[in-house]
Amino acid sequence: MNAASRFRDAPGMAPRSIRMSLDGETLLARPGETVAAALLAQSGDATRRTPVSGAGRTAFCMMGVCFDCLVTIDGRPNVQACMTPARDGMVIRRQIGARRLGDQP
Amino acid sequence: MSPDLVIIGAGPAGMTAARIAAEGGLRVVLLDEQDRAGGQIYRNLGAAAGRDWLGPDYARGADLLRGLNHPGITHQPRATVWRVDAARGVIWSRDGESHVTAAPHVLIATGAQERPVPFPGWTLPGVMPAGAAQILMKQSGMVAQDAILAGAGPLLYLVAAQMIAAGSPPKALVETGTDLRHALAKLPRALPAAMTLAKGLGLIRRIRGIPRHHGARDFRAVALAGGRIGFGFTTRKGPQELDCGLLLTHLGVIPQTHLTRSMGLTHDYDVAQQAWRPRLDAWGGSSRRGVRVAGDGGGIGGADAARAQGALAALAILHDAGRLDLDERDRRARPLRRALARALSLRPFLDAAYPVPKAFLAPPDDTIICRCEEVTAGAVREAAACGAHGLRLMRTALRTGMGPCQGRMCEPTVTGLIAQTTGCAPSALGPGRIRTPVKPVTLAEIAALGRQPEETA
Ligand SMILES: Cc1cc2nc3c(=O)[nH]c(=O)nc-3n(C[C@H](O)[C@H](O)[C@H](O)COP(=O)(O)OP(=O)(O)OC[C@H]3O[C@@H](n4cnc5c(N)ncnc54)[C@H](O)[C@@H]3O)c2cc1C
Ligand code: FES
Repeated sequence: MNAASRFRDAPGMAPRSIRMSLDGETLLARPGETVAAALLAQSGDATRRTPVSGAGRTAFCMMGVCFDCLVTIDGRPNVQACMTPARDGMVIRRQIGARRLGDQP
Repeated sequence: MSPDLVIIGAGPAGMTAARIAAEGGLRVVLLDEQDRAGGQIYRNLGAAAGRDWLGPDYARGADLLRGLNHPGITHQPRATVWRVDAARGVIWSRDGESHVTAAPHVLIATGAQERPVPFPGWTLPGVMPAGAAQILMKQSGMVAQDAILAGAGPLLYLVAAQMIAAGSPPKALVETGTDLRHALAKLPRALPAAMTLAKGLGLIRRIRGIPRHHGARDFRAVALAGGRIGFGFTTRKGPQELDCGLLLTHLGVIPQTHLTRSMGLTHDYDVAQQAWRPRLDAWGGSSRRGVRVAGDGGGIGGADAARAQGALAALAILHDAGRLDLDERDRRARPLRRALARALSLRPFLDAAYPVPKAFLAPPDDTIICRCEEVTAGAVREAAACGAHGLRLMRTALRTGMGPCQGRMCEPTVTGLIAQTTGCAPSALGPGRIRTPVKPVTLAEIAALGRQPEETA
């Protein structure tokens, strides 16, 4: 799948100056933004596959209750992207494949 | 120095309480898992300068943020509370490390979450709650494009108006339909809240020009080429098919009760709001001494009610702490009670105007109702028919509520499905037991906590 972002920036927003990496590619974010927002700004695709059926999911509730936004950040798996402020140099990995909560890096 | 009061949640309820308690001489620690204070309604307000398109209601939270500038208040951002321990205190996690903050008084002000809106296809990337899209507007200045709004309730209109003001109007508004006659019968009781109501009407005026569909049911979403979403539903005019880049759904909000339930506090089922809420006295006092609850986490009342409840709880805590005599407490409470009554007078109207359609409490068999474990409504019905007549039995049979969200996304639906299959009332099925940690932390983190000396934040 190669879906374009489902969002656009409102007029007058500052540029995305924070540089992170997503599976080796550059991911940009605006200061104050969460990792989940940066992911949704870049693409409309899944950022995770479910351990049960392998279905694609991406951030859903944006407020920390659904856990569909789980990614690996700087080696730590199952981090809620919607609750994590973006920071320069973060290394983010999509969680494709069976990774259950409680798995250690 | 250990604090006198720990407040969990920096929304209007928690922020109001923090200021009043600190002004009364208490040392307050304010914990919130967000990066900034504000709660849901005023999320990120302190850093959203220039976003006038979010509207005047959003800007109204500025005084609460200023109120946190008090030497008696320590605000701990990104602090996710995962347990309130009767012996040790409030346990919270940040960046994979847990901390304990103990105090004689605890105020829980954790607010609401959006009610899950399950239908076939709601798990696809491209389907989201409307409140989530609003969070992106407030926190990132990102606006949904090519989006359809579907469901019911005031927040749906607010998000539509904010999208219009931000220059990205929704392409359609699909409403599950208002039982207006039923709602109008409640209207006289809502008159003191005429301001809020007028605002609602103002919102509806602002969304004029957006194509609207009424009485929509049988929602269904499918993935189309390029990640687009096909949205099917049925109205009186027959089956409808629309397509969009993003489908935003909403059917109101429900109290977040995982923390209060995990503590074993007494809860009651609110039939009008179709949700559980902790049993509270007129000062937010719960069934456990020293633990109070304020705001939407104690039952949905909205931001103005949350402010008043936060203030009332703070006055009661000041009195308990020997800082405020009874007369003074009651004198200061009087205008707050009037404000609370005014704010709550609208609820019967809203609850009647925007009932949750039964089909979302008990959706069609092919709907995934547990997003974590991917359990379908059909599987729940089958298990219920075979004797899984309660949330716990269902959990054992199908793992509903065992995933990372701990039932936040499925419990209302599992309840609705069991009630439908067995004919018993939802109130007889709960409240489901919640175990700590109420937000997942690794075993390593819990173990490390046990080795730490007691600390105070
Ligand atoms: C997504 C969403 C958007 C909303 N938008 C609006 C709006 O625009 N206008 C409007 O009038 N109403 C809105 N509401 C309704 C809202 O519930 C009330 O208006 C108001 O915010 C309630 O105030 P409160 O203080 O009770 O809780 P909230 O404002 O919800 O604040 C609760 C706080 O507690 C924190 N919290 C929760 N659990 C934990 C935990 N375990 N550990 C640490 N912190 C925790 C949360 O991060 C949050 O900041 C929205 C609700 C939701 C769910
Ligand atoms: S998007 Fe729901 S928890 Fe992050």
